[in-house]
Amino acid sequence: MFGWLFISPAERRLLGTRPLQGPTPWLIAIMTFSIMIVAAAGLALAGTAQRMSSGAAARYSVQIPDGGKLAQVMQVVRSSRGVANAEAVPESEMRQTLERWLGPAGASADLPVPALITFDAGPGADLKALATRVAAIAPGARVIAHREALGPVLKSLKALQWIALALVVLLAGACAAAVVLAAKGALDTHRPTIDIMHGIGATDVQVTHLFQRKIAIDALIGSLVGAAVATVVLLLLAATSAFAGELMGGATLGAGDLLALAAIPLLLTILATWVARTAVLTALRTAL
Amino acid sequence: MRGQWQGARVKGRLVLTSVAEFDSVGLRYGTGAEVLRDLDFRLSKGGFYFLTGPSGAGKTSLLKLLYLAQRPTRGRISLFGDDLTAASRDELPHFRRRIGVVFQDFRLVRHLSAFDNVALPLRIAGASEEEVEGPVREMLAWVGLADRASARPPTLSGGEQQRVAIARAVINRPELLVADEPTGNVDADMAKRLLHLFTSLNGLGTTVVVATHDVGLISATPGARMIRLEGGAVSDPTGELRNPPRGVA
Repeated sequence: MFGWLFISPAERRLLGTRPLQGPTPWLIAIMTFSIMIVAAAGLALAGTAQRMSSGAAARYSVQIPDGGKLAQVMQVVRSSRGVANAEAVPESEMRQTLERWLGPAGASADLPVPALITFDAGPGADLKALATRVAAIAPGARVIAHREALGPVLKSLKALQWIALALVVLLAGACAAAVVLAAKGALDTHRPTIDIMHGIGATDVQVTHLFQRKIAIDALIGSLVGAAVATVVLLLLAATSAFAGELMGGATLGAGDLLALAAIPLLLTILATWVARTAVLTALRTAL
Repeated sequence: MRGQWQGARVKGRLVLTSVAEFDSVGLRYGTGAEVLRDLDFRLSKGGFYFLTGPSGAGKTSLLKLLYLAQRPTRGRISLFGDDLTAASRDELPHFRRRIGVVFQDFRLVRHLSAFDNVALPLRIAGASEEEVEGPVREMLAWVGLADRASARPPTLSGGEQQRVAIARAVINRPELLVADEPTGNVDADMAKRLLHLFTSLNGLGTTVVVATHDVGLISATPGARMIRLEGGAVSDPTGELRNPPRGVA
């Protein structure tokens, strides 16, 4: 199956070119680098969205606008069926959050701060009944589902993932197109040799294997170089927390994501080899 | 499909008597006028043929049909007993490996050494390096280029390139050897040696077709038959090339 990769030195001499000659390997290196960065971003976004979504699925808050009757409301919440991990968010934490948005004014004692209780709702929790009981104690208080609050953010993350996927597909397509052009260019360059080979009985497959091998080696080396540079960049981003930063809720790549990224150079090499083989065979079939 | 006149039964065995049969063959390039028309002849197995005619008569085009660089625009060509009309593209390499070709412009691979150029047909046919080494060295010695084995074509003279091209054409003992002006670039002595090589191959059963203007070459080859092309058609006053051959009903 891979016999065409291991040819004799005499066959290697037929095209008269050494591996890594011409722009193809470097073009593939750039494409691989771009694809890996975009794919890493997409995968990190997917992981973040997944974590946010699963974390918010059963998480709720009770918001008491005037901050009063916190203890009574907390008692009602804790005594409700199916409710766990109920905790009041400390006022200092609330003020810290407000300070981020409003500046020093957020820390002012004159600014009324609502009280907040967070809890997880398990199976059997009756949130409607809980909301009614809370409203009876503290009018104006309401129960908020976190997933509803995060809905627009999750939607944006989903859209970004699709954009990343589309970019990966587009870049792979551009890579394939570049390989087609490179294969056709190589065919034109070596046309006299090919004509001679055909004239003395070479089959299209024999000729194709020469080009297929050259582009496979170029693509493998190019994609490994691109992947190595991309890995360094990703590690630097991770180290400086620009990538796995707080803004993204600590975006990280899992083992599956890393495996997917590691497969990119191999997949690109296979794609380039297949595209080159198809392009060369198609071009050869136009001759007698 | 077997050619109609190519086989003769000898004690129940089918013996090929011709290597090539042209039946009402015509050739035109694009939408131009026919450069070859109504070609109707056969080449006997083991025959030695000189293809002559004025410049522009279509000699090179006829040779192209013989070594399968062109397909006819009409008519039928049979080679080695097989009708090529229905032959698919994938079947052509099988035929080409049985044909040796000496091109007028040599057509050597410029970046390969003389050795690698001569070895090319053997390697394409799947010979191992052990099977290649001896015959190629022997052939290069025969054409007087033993000490130029590692030289590349641009560093060889025209005559040397011609000899490499001839060595490449005959290295795998083809059943049909087609040569376009093979002695055009060599001196008289080398021309004589090359002709001797062709007649030796012919003696071993190879059918030889040589396109040439060299009258000396023709007169030095007793028993050879002439194919004269004039205005794209074969002139065959003796009827020796007739298809079907004389005497076959």
